[in-house]
Amino acid sequence: MNPPLLSLALRMGDNALIIAQQNSKWCGHAPTLEDDIALSNIALDLLGQAQLWLDFAGICQGKGQDADRLAFFRDSIDYRNALLCEQPNNNFAQTLMHQYLFDVWHLHRLQILCNSSVQDVAEIADKSIKEVQYHYAHSRGLMIRLGDGTAQSHDYMQSALDLLYPYFGSLFEDSADDAILAQETEYSVPMPSSHRQSVLDILKADLYIATLTMPTSDFWHKGAVDGKHTEYLGHILAEMQFLQRTHPGLEW
Amino acid sequence: MVTVQDIRHIVESIPDPEIPVLTLGDLGIIRDIAETADGFELAITPTYSGCPATKFIATEIISALKQVAYHNVTLKQVIAPPWSTDWISAAGREKLLAYGIAPPNSDSKKRGKSAPAACPQCQATTLERISEFGSTPCQAMWRCTDCQEVFNYFKCL
Repeated sequence: MNPPLLSLALRMGDNALIIAQQNSKWCGHAPTLEDDIALSNIALDLLGQAQLWLDFAGICQGKGQDADRLAFFRDSIDYRNALLCEQPNNNFAQTLMHQYLFDVWHLHRLQILCNSSVQDVAEIADKSIKEVQYHYAHSRGLMIRLGDGTAQSHDYMQSALDLLYPYFGSLFEDSADDAILAQETEYSVPMPSSHRQSVLDILKADLYIATLTMPTSDFWHKGAVDGKHTEYLGHILAEMQFLQRTHPGLEW
Repeated sequence: MVTVQDIRHIVESIPDPEIPVLTLGDLGIIRDIAETADGFELAITPTYSGCPATKFIATEIISALKQVAYHNVTLKQVIAPPWSTDWISAAGREKLLAYGIAPPNSDSKKRGKSAPAACPQCQATTLERISEFGSTPCQAMWRCTDCQEVFNYFKCL
């Protein structure tokens, strides 16, 4: 049982799982075929990464649980994803901005985790990063095209950014376990808050090209590190978990 | 007497479930075959993290070996170093092209943008990308502006 590593693995795995679950809802419904396939493929990559992280979390927990068990039988109080990931899809602009904000952080965090002293962490990060490079290239490209697009697309993207920005900060919230992971050389995992300025710098540069205005407020929602989520996570989990909870152990 | 070479020969000949012109050997996903106390252990590397074929490939391997009465085989997943399209064999690349899928273009990867070398149908080099994400996680959709054919491009990873 390794609580700091469990905390890290759950956080990385839950982030990927919840945003993948949200993106999957567009499958068959997106405005264009190419965007439909892009969102589905990105979600599929993230689901695979979630499985790697959550299987590792099961090992860190030491109770014989695997990724499936952890995904389908935890309540929202035990989920450690950032608040950004569970925000609803709403319109397509919000979905794209949601994905972009996640990717700009995700790529940066994985680059750092590749250097962790923990072999499993470095290996999962190393495996994930090549896929996430494609995700970021895609979401950044669309964000710029639509931000610097028509007046209507620009307004939609700006509204989406303003709405989601207070939840974006959740990715940088520190927990007590994060402090241990940063201090002990056996882990070499920097605190989430340590990335804040670097990621904001990248975000600022991308938004400038997209002609979007960087929000100025310092206020960011907290609580995800303690499992205090927005109402949306409850609905996501209810939909995702009901089949397994009704028929535990059900397999294809 | 079953040897590692026997196991390797059988397993590396199994066709990929999604792109059957390629074998598991062509893909380079069979990392290691080791003899254990009572059988063999195969180390396999998945391609993309969420590739749905990964589990299917595992059952195909067990099944192929059972058909020749090799039962004592265990599989383990190895993700380090992560799979790269650089591991696809030269023969594999030719098979992809003959099948109509543009093979991964490592030269373009060095320039930071993965793009096919030429149209699989007419060999023209005037190409445009339709979508970075195609019919599978590993493929993108491109179009040849010469012959107008749409084709899949196996992305560099």
